[in-house]
Amino acid sequence: MQGTTSHLRRPGPRAGVLLKFGARLARKHQPRITFGATGAILAGLSATPAHAATGEAVNPWVALAYLVAGIFFILALRGLSSPSTSRTGNRFGMAGMLIAVVTTLVTHDIANIVEIGIAIAIGGLIGFLIARRIAMTAMPELVAAFHSLVGLAAVLVGWAAYLNPAAFGLVASTFNFTAEMRDGSTIAGGYGIISPVSKIEMGLGIAIGAITFSGSVIAFLKLSGKMSGSPILLPFRHVINLVTLAAIIVLTALFAMANGPAETLPLIVAMTVLAFAIGFLLIIPIGGADMPVVVSMLNSYSGWAAAAMGFTLGNTAMIITGALVGSSGAILSYIMCRAMNRSFLSVIAGGFGADASSGGSTEGGEQRPYKQGSAADAAFMLEQAEKVIIIPGYGMAVAQAQHALREMADLLEEKGVEVKYAIHPVAGRMPGHMNVLLAEAQVPYENVFELEDINSEFAQADVAFIIGANDVVNPAAKTDKSSPIYGMPVFDVDKAKQVFFIKRSMGGVGYAGVDNDVFYMDQTMMLLSDAKKMVEEIVKALD
Amino acid sequence: MDFISILSIFVLACFVGYYVVWSVTPALHTPLMAVTNAISSVIIVGALIAAAEAGSEVAKWLGLLGVVLASVNIFGGFAVTERMLAMYKKKEKK
Repeated sequence: MQGTTSHLRRPGPRAGVLLKFGARLARKHQPRITFGATGAILAGLSATPAHAATGEAVNPWVALAYLVAGIFFILALRGLSSPSTSRTGNRFGMAGMLIAVVTTLVTHDIANIVEIGIAIAIGGLIGFLIARRIAMTAMPELVAAFHSLVGLAAVLVGWAAYLNPAAFGLVASTFNFTAEMRDGSTIAGGYGIISPVSKIEMGLGIAIGAITFSGSVIAFLKLSGKMSGSPILLPFRHVINLVTLAAIIVLTALFAMANGPAETLPLIVAMTVLAFAIGFLLIIPIGGADMPVVVSMLNSYSGWAAAAMGFTLGNTAMIITGALVGSSGAILSYIMCRAMNRSFLSVIAGGFGADASSGGSTEGGEQRPYKQGSAADAAFMLEQAEKVIIIPGYGMAVAQAQHALREMADLLEEKGVEVKYAIHPVAGRMPGHMNVLLAEAQVPYENVFELEDINSEFAQADVAFIIGANDVVNPAAKTDKSSPIYGMPVFDVDKAKQVFFIKRSMGGVGYAGVDNDVFYMDQTMMLLSDAKKMVEEIVKALD
Repeated sequence: MDFISILSIFVLACFVGYYVVWSVTPALHTPLMAVTNAISSVIIVGALIAAAEAGSEVAKWLGLLGVVLASVNIFGGFAVTERMLAMYKKKEKK
């Protein structure tokens, strides 16, 4: 943990060669070689975070414990491949976390275990109460809020490591250059030097953490409706973002090269502030319905932040977890983008929805005729049907209509109607949002289908029951090349014999701001009302 | 561990993550986000070290605050995942 050169005494001819392999190797194999003055500095510079880990990696059991924790986290995600194994997976996750925390506590001299215990208790209690009380419809904003905490924690850990590098074993060398040469064996005072590699990792961890934090706070505010979901477009926002990003990279590089608190402190402060700022700037231009991508992306960032910290600390559990979470979020973002047929960059660039609504919707503004029905009409036709496919969307979540919907489906099933649910990947405000809500309403998961699995069944369906969805059933995505949603995979509801469309009013258009031809089809009946009220009325009529 | 060993672990873990996450059923994507959020709070390890070690008073308090935030996430994340997963039910056989 201390200076690499501390026990080096005599000059040796091979020092320069060995330097290439890093100071640690040199120490291991040629313990009696002294570097020259430049050598000493270089040794400090080329030191890898390995030194960092000396305190922990010395004991192989500790490293093994962190590895086991990492493996348990992999098993936690693996469990989610099916609902039947998912709870075991979650237990693995908890066990992994317990191992990681206990290992850390056991292997460090804990001077203030009471304070740490209190900190864990406070945090744990808050987390537990929130988890118990949160409504399932509020899950997207909860996840965004949790992401912000990971981000902030990463910033704090990075800063703590910067302020107290010795605690993290990050002091690559603590010598004073001139004194070191002369007396050879003792290490003079002065500040601890953190190796540039460690500083880059630290800087990355802080920057990604800060972006995750401020980005997630904005996502949280937008998702919870505390801030308008519509895009906020600053002039020259792309230029501002790119300049800020470049500045962060430059500052991180300068930070890595600088030595001593007087030089490094202003750099790291500026870098942290800019990183907070860019997280904010990146998310404000992104509209509410693009939030599934944003939440996944921030999920990914929180993982990369943890991984960067894992590099700094040389901690296997953190690195494995960071890589898992990072790739998980990246894959989810990719799935969401694919489901909207938009590139990740176009989503991140933002402005969707704002541009589209001003950019002229199809066919001008003339009023087209549509059929409106009542709950009684709908109930009557649903009873006659053999097969009903329900397509829930964000509107169902807003109206909290999932329980009423399940009651309706139960009644229909009792009458011998086959009921299935069809879920679009981007339905709702986060990946899998609709599935959770239906699960909450105790819809068996075997009845819930993904887009590609059920789309061919609409031709045999008597009723397509659309509740709170809009863009995901818009045929313009298939036919109209000028439409902003062109190319997005959609449900073929037009193939169903009858379409029921629950919508609050005819006025509002979907998020993409395009008119939907489904409203005006011959077989479509519009049920204009609040989703929950309408479904409850249908339930009454079915009884 | 030297940088290359750490990097190897990281790269391999990325591949593991890639294949494991693709095998997650889309119905469980929300619990996936909740649980990844919980496990990424393994960053608490860093916060614990900062809080435990003497040397810098400021670092200690930053560490303690980090411990609180990460604990919220760990307990909240796992508890909410557990709650969600408990809701996914098979059809009752009548």
